[in-house]
Amino acid sequence: MGILEVKDVGKRFGGLQALGDVNLSVKENSVHAIIGPNGAGKSTLLNCFVGKLIPDTGSVTFDGQSVLGRTPYEINQMGISRVFQTPEIFGDLSVMENMMIPIFAKRDGAFRLQAIPHMMEEKDIVEAAEKQLVDMNMADKRNMHAAAMSRGDKRRLEIGMCLAQEPRLLLLDEPTAGMARADTNNTIDLLKQIKDERDITIAIIEHDMHVVFSLAERITVLAQGTPLVEDTPDNIKGHPKVREAYLGEAA
Amino acid sequence: MFGLEKKDWNLLLFVAALVALAPFILNPFPENSAMAQFNAGYPDLMQRFVIFGIFAIGFNILFGLTGYLSFGHAAFLGVGSYAAIWMMKLLTMNVIPAIILSVIVAGIFSVLVGYVTLRRSGIYFSILTLAFAQMSYSLAYSVLTPITGGETGLQPKVSDPRILDGAIADGTIPKANLFGLEMGASFDLSIAGWVFTFNAGYYIAAIVMLASFYLAIRIFRSPFGLMMRAVKSNQQRMNYTGLNTKPYTLAAFVISGMYAGLAGGLMVAMDTQAGPERMFWTASGEVVLMTILGGAGTLIGPVLGAGVIKYMENILSKINSDILHGWFAFMPDGMEDFTVAILYPFIGKGWHLTLGILFMLVVIFLPGGLVEGGQRIRALFGRGKAEDKPSTEPAE
Repeated sequence: MGILEVKDVGKRFGGLQALGDVNLSVKENSVHAIIGPNGAGKSTLLNCFVGKLIPDTGSVTFDGQSVLGRTPYEINQMGISRVFQTPEIFGDLSVMENMMIPIFAKRDGAFRLQAIPHMMEEKDIVEAAEKQLVDMNMADKRNMHAAAMSRGDKRRLEIGMCLAQEPRLLLLDEPTAGMARADTNNTIDLLKQIKDERDITIAIIEHDMHVVFSLAERITVLAQGTPLVEDTPDNIKGHPKVREAYLGEAA
Repeated sequence: MFGLEKKDWNLLLFVAALVALAPFILNPFPENSAMAQFNAGYPDLMQRFVIFGIFAIGFNILFGLTGYLSFGHAAFLGVGSYAAIWMMKLLTMNVIPAIILSVIVAGIFSVLVGYVTLRRSGIYFSILTLAFAQMSYSLAYSVLTPITGGETGLQPKVSDPRILDGAIADGTIPKANLFGLEMGASFDLSIAGWVFTFNAGYYIAAIVMLASFYLAIRIFRSPFGLMMRAVKSNQQRMNYTGLNTKPYTLAAFVISGMYAGLAGGLMVAMDTQAGPERMFWTASGEVVLMTILGGAGTLIGPVLGAGVIKYMENILSKINSDILHGWFAFMPDGMEDFTVAILYPFIGKGWHLTLGILFMLVVIFLPGGLVEGGQRIRALFGRGKAEDKPSTEPAE
C-alpha cells in the first residue's frame, strides 16, 4: 500500500478523455516519476492530487484518506507540497519573508489572526526560516526581493519553502522546465540531496529524460491519459512500448 | 519601544509632532495678510484632516496590504455616522459611547458586506463593493427614512430622550462633549499678527488618529500583515502553502471597515449631524484617491494624501476670480485678464480639475505616491550616505 493511491481515475473535458483508468501507487520514501509525451495527461493527473481538479471517476487517497473534494490548502495541510512548473513564490516579499510563510502555515494552520506581535519576534519561526535558508544555501540572499532572483534561485527558494513545511509527499511539476543546463544539474543535485537526507516521498512529472533517469526509482509512463507501463528506470529505458509512445509507430 | 522598531517609532513620533503642532504649521501666514487665505489652521478643517487620515489609514490596510480595491468604503463611514448620532440622541451627548458604537456597527456591517463581496477578486470585487455602497446610500436616502432621516439627515434635538444626560436649559441646543468638555471649545493664541486656534475636538480626534496609526503600524509588521502582503503577491502560492486566504482577506476588510466606522463616528462627534451624502460613491472614490496619491501600502502615505486632498478641497475652492485679479494686478490689463481666464477653471469649483491633474502626474511619475517623491528627494540629498552603506532591503 503506497502513500499515494490512485484508483481508476478518469477525467473528461468535453469531448476529450484526458485521463482514463489511471491506477498508480506511490511507495513511501521513494522517488516516483510520471513521464509521457505532450498531452498525455500528466499535469491533469497532478492537478487531481492537489485539489485543483476533481476527477469524474475513481479515487485518490493520501495516507488512507481521500483528497477528492478538498481544497488545495486542506490537502497541503495533510502533508502534500507542490512545486510548480514556473516557480510560484511571493515575488513582492523578501526571501526571508517567503521562507517564513510556510513555517507559519505549518505552526498556525490555515488561518490565525495574529495582528499585534511583530513577525520578527516569533523566534521559533525566524530560527526555522534562517535554518532552512542555510540548508538551501541561500542565507546570503535573505534580504533580497524574491522577484529579483534568477530562475534557478527562485526554483531553489520554492523547493525550500515546500520542504520547510516538512511535507510527507513532495510533488514536482517539471521542475527543470525552461532551465539552463547548469541550473538543471543544480536542481538535480538538490533533489538528490533531499532524497538522501530526509524521509520524504517525491512524485515528479518530467519531460527531461536526463532528470528522470538521474532521480527516479520507479517510473510510470503515461500516454493518451492511461498508464502504459510502470517499472524501474533500467527496464523503462529499452521498453518497446515506451519507444513507441515517444517516437511513434514507425520507430 | 511599545513593540516598534526604531524606524517605525521615529515615524510615529514624527506624525505625533505634526498633529500636535498642526495649529502652528497650518497657520504660517499672519491673520490679515494677503496670504491668510492659505491658512488651514482652523478647527473645522484640522478635524477633517485627522478624521480623513483615519479613514485612509484604514482603507490602506485593505487596499495597500491585500490589493483588494474597495469602491464602497464610504458606506462604512456612513453607517458609523448614523450609529453615533443615534447614540447621541438616545443615550448621551458624550462622544465615547457614540464612537464605540460606530466602530462596532461598522464592523458588523463590514462582516456582512465582506462575506459576500470577497467571493470575487479584482474588478468584480470593486464593482460589488460599489454596488453595496450605492445600495446603502439609496436605503439611507429614501427607504430607511425613519432611521436615517432621509435626505435631510439627522441632528440631535432638544426633545431627544438622552437618558443618561440631565435636562438642558431652554433655548440651548445639545452639544457633543467629552465628560463636559465641549468639542467646539477653542482657545485662541495671538502672537503679533498671528492667531493660532487650539480646539478640544481637534485634539481628541488627533489622539484617536495617533492611536489608529500606531495600531496600523503594529498590523503592518505583524504575522497577519505578512500574510496580507502574501495575499497581494501570490494567492496561488498561499493556497498551495496550506493557507486559507478567505478569512485573511475578510479580517482585513473588517478591520478597515471598522476604521471607516471610527472616522464616521468622529465626524459626528465633531459636527453633530449625519446625512446620506456621506455614503455616496464619490466619497468612496475620494478615499481611494487619498491612498493612491499618498502612496498605497506605505504607512504615512494615506495620511499625507488625506491632508493634500482636504487642503485643496477647502483652500483651493475658496479662491475666486477677484482674488486672482488681485494677485495679477501688476500685469498689464489685457495680460492680467488672459492669465486669470487661464487659471480660473482650476480654482473655486474647478478644484477637482487641479486635483485630477495632480493625481495623473503622481500616478505617472511617482507610482509610489507622495511617499516615493519624498524618498527620491531624500536620496538626492543623502546620496553620499547611501553609497557608504548599500542596502538590499526591500522597500516597505
